[in-house]
Amino acid sequence: MNKSWENFSRGFIRENPVLVMMLGMCPTLGVTTSLENGMGMGLATMFVLIMSNIVISLVKNFIPAMVRIPCYIVMIASFVTIINLLMSAYLPQLHEKLGIYIPLIVVNCIILGRAEAFASKNNIWQSFLDAVGMGGGFTLALSLLGGLREILGAGSLMCWHFIAEDGYPVLLFIMPPGAFLALAFLIIVFNKISGAGK
Amino acid sequence: MSLTMIFISAILVNNIVLAQFLGICPFLGVSKRISTALGMGAAVMFVMTISGISTWLVYYKLLVPHNLEFMNTVVFILVIASLVQMVEIVLKKTAPALYQALGIYLPLITTNCAVLGIALLAIQKEYSLTYAVCFNLANAMGFTLAIVLFAGLRQRISLNNNAVPKALRGAPIALITAALLSLAFMGFSGVGR
Repeated sequence: MNKSWENFSRGFIRENPVLVMMLGMCPTLGVTTSLENGMGMGLATMFVLIMSNIVISLVKNFIPAMVRIPCYIVMIASFVTIINLLMSAYLPQLHEKLGIYIPLIVVNCIILGRAEAFASKNNIWQSFLDAVGMGGGFTLALSLLGGLREILGAGSLMCWHFIAEDGYPVLLFIMPPGAFLALAFLIIVFNKISGAGK
Repeated sequence: MSLTMIFISAILVNNIVLAQFLGICPFLGVSKRISTALGMGAAVMFVMTISGISTWLVYYKLLVPHNLEFMNTVVFILVIASLVQMVEIVLKKTAPALYQALGIYLPLITTNCAVLGIALLAIQKEYSLTYAVCFNLANAMGFTLAIVLFAGLRQRISLNNNAVPKALRGAPIALITAALLSLAFMGFSGVGR
């Protein structure tokens, strides 16, 4: 298989950061009360991941190996500050809903993990593809989980409402225990489909 | 809010792990046995209290006077990362016994989003120094309680792993256990309101 395609597609299914590698669990569980929140968080993380992968693959030859991790963290934190300020200016509602989890993108293990495992060893184009794939896989998982929880817990999806005004949805699913439960069942289904559980 | 309420709220009502979803990685990763869970909990309590003091001081004595509040994410993560390193070096020299007990868990804490998250929340809530330190300590205690309870449950499940349906083994059963624990903690919601 083509190497670029391989680096790009890996993150979606086979090495999905959330559903297979179990990384970045805090935002995955914390913000996915609706499809909109999940997708917003996924895209914000994807932005930081793409920028940090590009910059780190650009400067990888200038950073001494001893201090590389602190350097990566400072770069990642700068991009997180940028997206934090951009979102509070242009998407104030979403920014308010995601709250503390936006600055916490800094400690999302996916980003530092890709910087260390991929961007510090590969060229810009491949690092970019890897970031898009991994970020896409993260966004996919968060959107699935957010959509599932919104349908079950609120009886709606974005602007469609499935249940009558006086009907009552399974409220549990937009509460904290529902996050663990929905993720557990999503992983079971995912394992079944991808055959990873063999 | 009184100090007692901060403790009750942080440990039981708004548990940092089970209701706020901070520090999930160590919660799922280092909870296979009660002894390791206790070690991790102790290390988190230690670092979180110190980081509560230092991030508060850095924010109000360094960032605010220079109008650099927007830099708090960058500065806090550096403060926490270097703090963990320093604690490790100091403990190794002065308290070797404690270092032996906490040793392997200390470096893991840098990537624990609970430490950064609670430091940011304490600033967001505009607590005074005393309140901020208590808030940090209380949340760390909540983390320890949750991870020790969870490790106890997982240890029991691992004794009889064959009874777990094949599709649920590994991550799914751990998440379902966490869901039940979180459901139990929901019983505290509304306390002290």
